[in-house]
Amino acid sequence: MSEVEYDTRGVVKKFMYVNRKAPYGTIYALEVLEAVLISAAFEQHACIVFIDDGVYQIKKGQDTAAVNMKNFSKTYGIIEMEKEDADEDEDLDMVWRIIVEKESMEARGLTADDFVVNVEVIASDELAQIMSEQEVVISG
Amino acid sequence: MKFGIQVNEGPFTHQASDSAYLFAKAAIDKGHQVMRVFFYYDGVNNANKLSAPQSDDRNLVKLWGEMAEEHNVDLVVCVAAALRRGIVEDNLAEGFRISGLGQLTEVGMAADRMVVFGD
Repeated sequence: MSEVEYDTRGVVKKFMYVNRKAPYGTIYALEVLEAVLISAAFEQHACIVFIDDGVYQIKKGQDTAAVNMKNFSKTYGIIEMEKEDADEDEDLDMVWRIIVEKESMEARGLTADDFVVNVEVIASDELAQIMSEQEVVISG
Repeated sequence: MKFGIQVNEGPFTHQASDSAYLFAKAAIDKGHQVMRVFFYYDGVNNANKLSAPQSDDRNLVKLWGEMAEEHNVDLVVCVAAALRRGIVEDNLAEGFRISGLGQLTEVGMAADRMVVFGD
């Protein structure tokens, strides 16, 4: 099949990436992370959200040696860097937010200090409102 | 309306790809356009031409290929996810192409609606 390309010049949309699963056990977390990192080049708005067991993806102090998996938790720091770059660059119309759902965090005995990146902690009703404002929601 | 579709599960373990296929078919039948179907995670297994389901079972690999040919639907398999799972040009089914994750962001930007099918 030949390459198909769509004209997206000037398009800036609100993307949301919803991380719902624990970091290991299934591949969902890793592959959402890869999708977020690639998307940065397109300079879209993005909310990276962690809910349910997804909050464990960014928990500090992960040691994956016993499950023979690569510890990719430090890679979330790149998302934080992208967010900071976007915040600082006044010429760049790109807003990134890193959000943890409050109820999911509290149900697991975690606080905002337990995460490898700085997050906004937002309650589910407000998060639902933010989600409804998105134009593209990718979940994994 | 222009749709983009993401398929996150394989064609045999999970209903997601059947639902995605039936959604795409219904959308096309109603006169909408499916700009691209992006296969991610185990969804890349939808593109394995070595799949050989029993003869009385639906063959999604073939059905996707027919849809691509008849309705000019762009079927894109994520290269990173595909390589992990042994989907390469040699066993890529008719109608699919292998490309990068940027194709997912691009169709999200281009389409009126992005619909994700997965677990």
